[in-house]
Amino acid sequence: MREYTLAVNNLYAHYRTRFGEKVYSVDGVTLNLEKGKILGIAGESGCGKSTLANCLMGCFFKPLHYASGSLVIDGVDALNVSAEVFRKTVLGTRIAYIPQAAMNTLNPTIKIKTFIMDVLKEHRPEMTKDEMLKLATSRFEALGLNPKVLEAYPNELSGGMKQRTVIAISTILNPKVLIADEPTSALDVTSQKKVILLIKRLLLEGYVESIVFITHELPLLYHVADHIAVMYAGQFVEIGTQKEIVFSGLHPYTKALMGSIIVPELEIKEQKLYAIPGAPPNLKEKLTGCRFYDRCQMRQPECKTINPEMKQLGTRQHRCLLVEGNV
Amino acid sequence: MKPLVFEAKNLVREFGHGKQKTIAVNQANFKIEEGNVYAIVGESGSGKTTTAKMLLGLLKTSSGVLNFYDKPLQLKNHKDRVAYWQQVQAIFQDPFSSFNQFYKVQDLLLNCLVMKGEKLSKEASYARMSTACQYVNLDLKELWNKHPFELSGGQMQRLMIARIFLIHPKVLIADEPTSMIDACSRATILDMLMKLREDIGMTIIFITHDIGLAYYVADELFIMENGLIVEQGDARKIIENPTAQYTKHLLTDVPTIHHPWLTELD
Repeated sequence: MREYTLAVNNLYAHYRTRFGEKVYSVDGVTLNLEKGKILGIAGESGCGKSTLANCLMGCFFKPLHYASGSLVIDGVDALNVSAEVFRKTVLGTRIAYIPQAAMNTLNPTIKIKTFIMDVLKEHRPEMTKDEMLKLATSRFEALGLNPKVLEAYPNELSGGMKQRTVIAISTILNPKVLIADEPTSALDVTSQKKVILLIKRLLLEGYVESIVFITHELPLLYHVADHIAVMYAGQFVEIGTQKEIVFSGLHPYTKALMGSIIVPELEIKEQKLYAIPGAPPNLKEKLTGCRFYDRCQMRQPECKTINPEMKQLGTRQHRCLLVEGNV
Repeated sequence: MKPLVFEAKNLVREFGHGKQKTIAVNQANFKIEEGNVYAIVGESGSGKTTTAKMLLGLLKTSSGVLNFYDKPLQLKNHKDRVAYWQQVQAIFQDPFSSFNQFYKVQDLLLNCLVMKGEKLSKEASYARMSTACQYVNLDLKELWNKHPFELSGGQMQRLMIARIFLIHPKVLIADEPTSMIDACSRATILDMLMKLREDIGMTIIFITHDIGLAYYVADELFIMENGLIVEQGDARKIIENPTAQYTKHLLTDVPTIHHPWLTELD
């Protein structure tokens, strides 16, 4: 059996609103992340990407509730350890998280080095102050960031620089898994590239062992990820290598997503963008049948009642009846 | 020749003074013709939004000339501004902060009709509002009595387009209208904008950092770097063979699916 840094099996989680309604945002997700790989998760707004990120971190804070399934982070069963042990041995050391607005998480009145020392004081109490500073300086240099930033206050830095600083801070303890939740969606293309290069470098230099990269930009994922999982309405509909998903998607939703991308190539001016009609299903109800049924161009009567399980096909997995001519 | 909507000669805008002085827009010269789609492309801090705000009359120019239909743009009082904004409208980046959160959807749309100065009966204005909503695939009945914060980002941006549809401006300035919404809704919004442009014959000035997006929507591009327009001209020509170093740089920064992108790592 292969070693997985992150293994999730049939995870179900829901939000409970104050009116007692449940919103099934993560509805049966299975994923295995190998060492040295980057898994990309693609999907539109509201499909549960960020909720999944919270679940992968084991952070089930109200109104998010855990329902069933297992979550193993680097050999530790994250759902069956006490909160104290979880905080000391899993968060930060085994798994780290870069939120979407990472740059807003820095308190503007605290110097950057203080953030790093806070983390190290908690997890490496044996280190002296000088060692901590030395580690921070060498890490910043290794990642191509200016060590002078350590002495700066967050409001002196630009958005892209703050984002890169947060990434450096959150990976200072060499976590096994890094979860990046849309780390570049608030940045322009030039800063985006710098952030992506930094994330790739973290993996190449061995500071992190594997990455889950969440975004809605397929062209970006194509260059960043080794595997891409396409998410729709709380479930994965297709998982494959980046080439398979981008160039030969099987699921109608994957194909539709590919129709909506924009790249600066001469041909795109003649092509018309394909906007998927309709809106995603309401996750407040337990859905039966294929979740993409209402918006699918190729739907068949059977699709209304049957929601197929994930099926292995060669190197990839998919969730569609129409592939292989099952209908 | 098409009439000129905007003409800028040596347009300058500075912020601060003394040591703190920054020049946001430096000696910009451009001509905007009626009916075309233009895109201003550049990274953060290159002066795109400052240019847009000057065109909208929200910021005064420091020096230089800005003509609107061959007359210098001068907005002295509220009356001038209202008259100007009937002809020039904008969509902003953040849909969540572009609406007054205390107003309900129908009041926001009604405001547009009031601004146009049309005196309509209740039924007539309802009919106008519901056609505008249908145009952008929204249902006015569903939105009735809702506040903007109850809508999703894509819905709000579509509501913004419904406003534009009601106002029928001559010029639309779209300041990164799709940067905060996902790829699927982005396609919807862009298609709607292009359809609207064909239907009511607007001039669109599109502001974005994504040169791919700019190429998709625009006939002509302005590339801005640190307040300077470094390259301008036909969109296809610029994408085919960019002359300015900065344009080449921008083109390599956008991920595409047919060319290698992260070459620095090898």
